Amino acid sequence: MQDLAYFRPKSIKEAVSFLSDHGPTAKILAGGTDVIVQARERTKEISAFVDIKKIPEVMGVGIEGHRGLTIGAATPMYQIYNHSGVQKEYPAIIDSANLIGGKAIQGRASFGGNLCNSGPAADTIPTMIVLSGIANIIGPDGERKVAIEDFCTAPGQNVLKHNEILVSIHFKKPAPFSGARFIRFIPRNEMDIAVVNVASQVQMDGNTIVSSRVAIGACAPTPLLLNEISQFIDGKDFTEELLSEASELFDNLITPIEDMRGTPEHRVDLAKTLFKRTIRDAVSRANGERI
Amino acid sequence: MSKKIVISSSINGDNTEFIADERDSLLDALRERIGLTGVKEGCNNGNCGACAVLLDGVLVNSCCVMAAEVDGSSVETVEGIAQGNELHPVQQAFLDEAALQCGICTPGFLVSAKALLEQNSDPTEEEIRFWLAGNLCRCTGYDKIITAVQNAAKIVQEKK
Repeated sequence: MQDLAYFRPKSIKEAVSFLSDHGPTAKILAGGTDVIVQARERTKEISAFVDIKKIPEVMGVGIEGHRGLTIGAATPMYQIYNHSGVQKEYPAIIDSANLIGGKAIQGRASFGGNLCNSGPAADTIPTMIVLSGIANIIGPDGERKVAIEDFCTAPGQNVLKHNEILVSIHFKKPAPFSGARFIRFIPRNEMDIAVVNVASQVQMDGNTIVSSRVAIGACAPTPLLLNEISQFIDGKDFTEELLSEASELFDNLITPIEDMRGTPEHRVDLAKTLFKRTIRDAVSRANGERI
Repeated sequence: MSKKIVISSSINGDNTEFIADERDSLLDALRERIGLTGVKEGCNNGNCGACAVLLDGVLVNSCCVMAAEVDGSSVETVEGIAQGNELHPVQQAFLDEAALQCGICTPGFLVSAKALLEQNSDPTEEEIRFWLAGNLCRCTGYDKIITAVQNAAKIVQEKK
C-alpha cells in the first residue's frame, strides 16, 4: 500500500478544504472498492484518503413525494436495492444496483462512486442518464448541478475538479404512465463487466410513445445519451416494426472498440437487441406491470 | 513512514483497541495487528471473497476497507462464528459435507453463508449461488459448498 494519510471529515466544508489543501493526490474514499485497490496496486498516486461516509448529506436514500428521489453519493448499493420506495418507483435503478459485483462489493460500492469512476461500462450510469439524473456537486466556490449525461468526459474522467465533491444524485418523480429498464449483456451470470449495457425510459399515452430517453454503455469512451433514437420513436405508436426500424440506427450511431469482451459487430448487434428489450420492458412498466 | 494510529472497535464482540498503520487495510490489521489469521488474503483486490468479514453487520471484503475506517464500528470474522465449543450450523455442515479441499476460501464462504442465512433462512439454490458468487473456490467445484449451505439452512430453520 502506498504511504497515505486517512482523514474522516464530518462536514462537506471540512472535506472540501482538506481536498483544496492537499491537492489532486488526495482522493475521496466512499466504498473504496476501486480506490483502495488503486492505492495498493499503485495504479494511481494517492497521498491521502478523505473518507466522506460520516458526512450526513452523502449517505442514504430519500424520497420526498413530488420532489423525487435523492441518493447520497456514498450510499452503498445494498441500501439502494433494499429500499422499498426505490423498488416501487424507480425499478430501473434496482436493475443496475443489484448486479454490480458480488454481495460483499455491494455492501460497500457506492452509487456516486460508480459515477465518479466514470468507467465506459459502468452499470448505473445509463440508468441515471435516462432517469434525467442531476449530480449535486459542492466545491470551494459553492454548489453546482450537472446533468448526468454531461458528467463523464473520457474513460475514468469527469467534470469534477480535484477539490469538488459529488454530494448526491437527484431524480425527479417519474411521470404518470412512464417506465424505465436497464439490461446489460455479460457472458456469465453475475460478477462481470458489461459487453454492452442499455437503459431506456418511455412515457406513454395509450400505445403512443410520448417521449423517451435511451442511453448505452461500453460502446464509446463514456456512456452516451442517444437523442437520435428518441427523435425517431417519440410520437409514434409502440410496435415491433418501430423497434426494428429504430434499432437499425445503431449501425451509424455507435462505433464501439474491439477488446477482450467483444468485437464492434457483436457490440452493435447487442446494442440493437438490448435496446428492443429495454423499450419493451419500459413500456410494460409504464403500463404498471412488474418485471 | 506511515503514521501509527489507535483504533477502537468491537471485534467478534470484544471491545478491542489496536495500533495500526494509517495505510493498513482492515485485512492487514486483522491478520497482522490482531492475529486473526482466519481472515485470508486471496486476490487482495476485491474479487475472491477470501477476506470477507461483517462490518457493522454488512458483508464486505476486508481488503477493500481501510483499518482506520472501522474505528467505532463492529467487525465479525470467521473466528467469531462459533458459540464457544459449538460450531455454527454452517461450519458443521461444511465439515459434514467435506465442502472444502485446500481451505483458503473457506473462512470467506462461512462468513458469507452465515450472513445469507441470517437474512434468508430458506434460500433457493439459485439464491445461494448468487449470494456466494463473490466467493471463489478453485478446488471443490462449488457443488459440495452449495449442499452444505442448504443443509445448514435446514438446521437454522429447525432451531428457530
